[in-house]
Amino acid sequence: MRRYLSVAVMLILAAFLMFIVTGLTFGNPQYADMDDYFIQNGQEQIATNNIVTTIVFDYRGFDTLGESTVLFTAVIGVAMLFRKFTGGEYDEDE
Amino acid sequence: MLWNLPFIAVVLLTAIGISIILLKKNLVKIFMGLNVLTSAVNLFIIAVGYREGGIAPIFTNAPSPVMVMPTPQALCLTSIVIGVATTAVLLAFAMLLYRMYGTNDVEAIRELRG
Amino acid sequence: MMRMSKIVRTCADLMYPFVVIFGWYVIMHGHLTPGGGFQGGAVVATGAALVIVAYSYQEITSMLKKAVLMVQESTGLLLFIGAGLGGMVLGFPFFFNWLANSGSLFGMSVPYGPNPGELNTAGFLPLMNIAVGIEVWGGLTLVILYLLSGLEKGEA
Repeated sequence: MRRYLSVAVMLILAAFLMFIVTGLTFGNPQYADMDDYFIQNGQEQIATNNIVTTIVFDYRGFDTLGESTVLFTAVIGVAMLFRKFTGGEYDEDE
Repeated sequence: MLWNLPFIAVVLLTAIGISIILLKKNLVKIFMGLNVLTSAVNLFIIAVGYREGGIAPIFTNAPSPVMVMPTPQALCLTSIVIGVATTAVLLAFAMLLYRMYGTNDVEAIRELRG
Repeated sequence: MMRMSKIVRTCADLMYPFVVIFGWYVIMHGHLTPGGGFQGGAVVATGAALVIVAYSYQEITSMLKKAVLMVQESTGLLLFIGAGLGGMVLGFPFFFNWLANSGSLFGMSVPYGPNPGELNTAGFLPLMNIAVGIEVWGGLTLVILYLLSGLEKGEA
């Protein structure tokens, strides 16, 4: 019963999303002023050919700082989860 | 219908991802559904920034001056890395749950905990 | 103590330097071609995963130390923040690109338009690419090693 309900909800959701999506236009973004600015001025301001790297590391550098912190925290979390549980209560791994 | 095929693919991927999350009982399969959903979001971000006949926004030996929007690609890069990080933590939790309860079935784990 | 056959181990040994060199190529040319720190670091970590698949867990932990990888990951993040802080010493704001168009290291300027590309450009972006590449290399290898150490005895 719950399975059929889930399938019905999913079909309704997919139909709703499809109805929204058919109204979008593909290949012609309307508000591209910021990206045009980056493409026009990125080479002269940052002296970089790769505009995506320019945005990732310079225009949105704080974004990448948070991203690196998230990756670091995830690795620390995995290391914390897989420490050895046998032995003493505060047993160090290795 | 074919004029915005990538958006239709986004809807299909979203439906598949949410269906896997709702219907499957295995934790690893649920995390696979979460990754499919992440891929749907990434494809949507990239498809929004596409410009007709554009190339990747890299000027090294660029054959054409028309370029796609670079900001969605940068945000998608962030999204991919964060998806990798969350997947690593979730898989670690799945392994710990399997070690403690002997199963990855979410309903069995729920019954075990009361 | 499960390890692959001698053919697989030899092929992994042969392929590992090439994978690492390709990963560092992707990192170093991140400001000229598609790629960058995250992608190149993931490629280098794939080389480590190749060795991990070929050998057993005991042999892996003698080759790749977890403490060394942890130090490597922390060093990458500290280098990243340090590259951002370097401009503050000279009076610029945090995360200002203090090396671009300066004429010194990575300081050549680039005119607008398509060009064949010059490695000695882009200010501190190559430094940040290297820092993030080191961090992602250590981090992803560490994740794989810890997930492998979570297996029961006899499975690894």
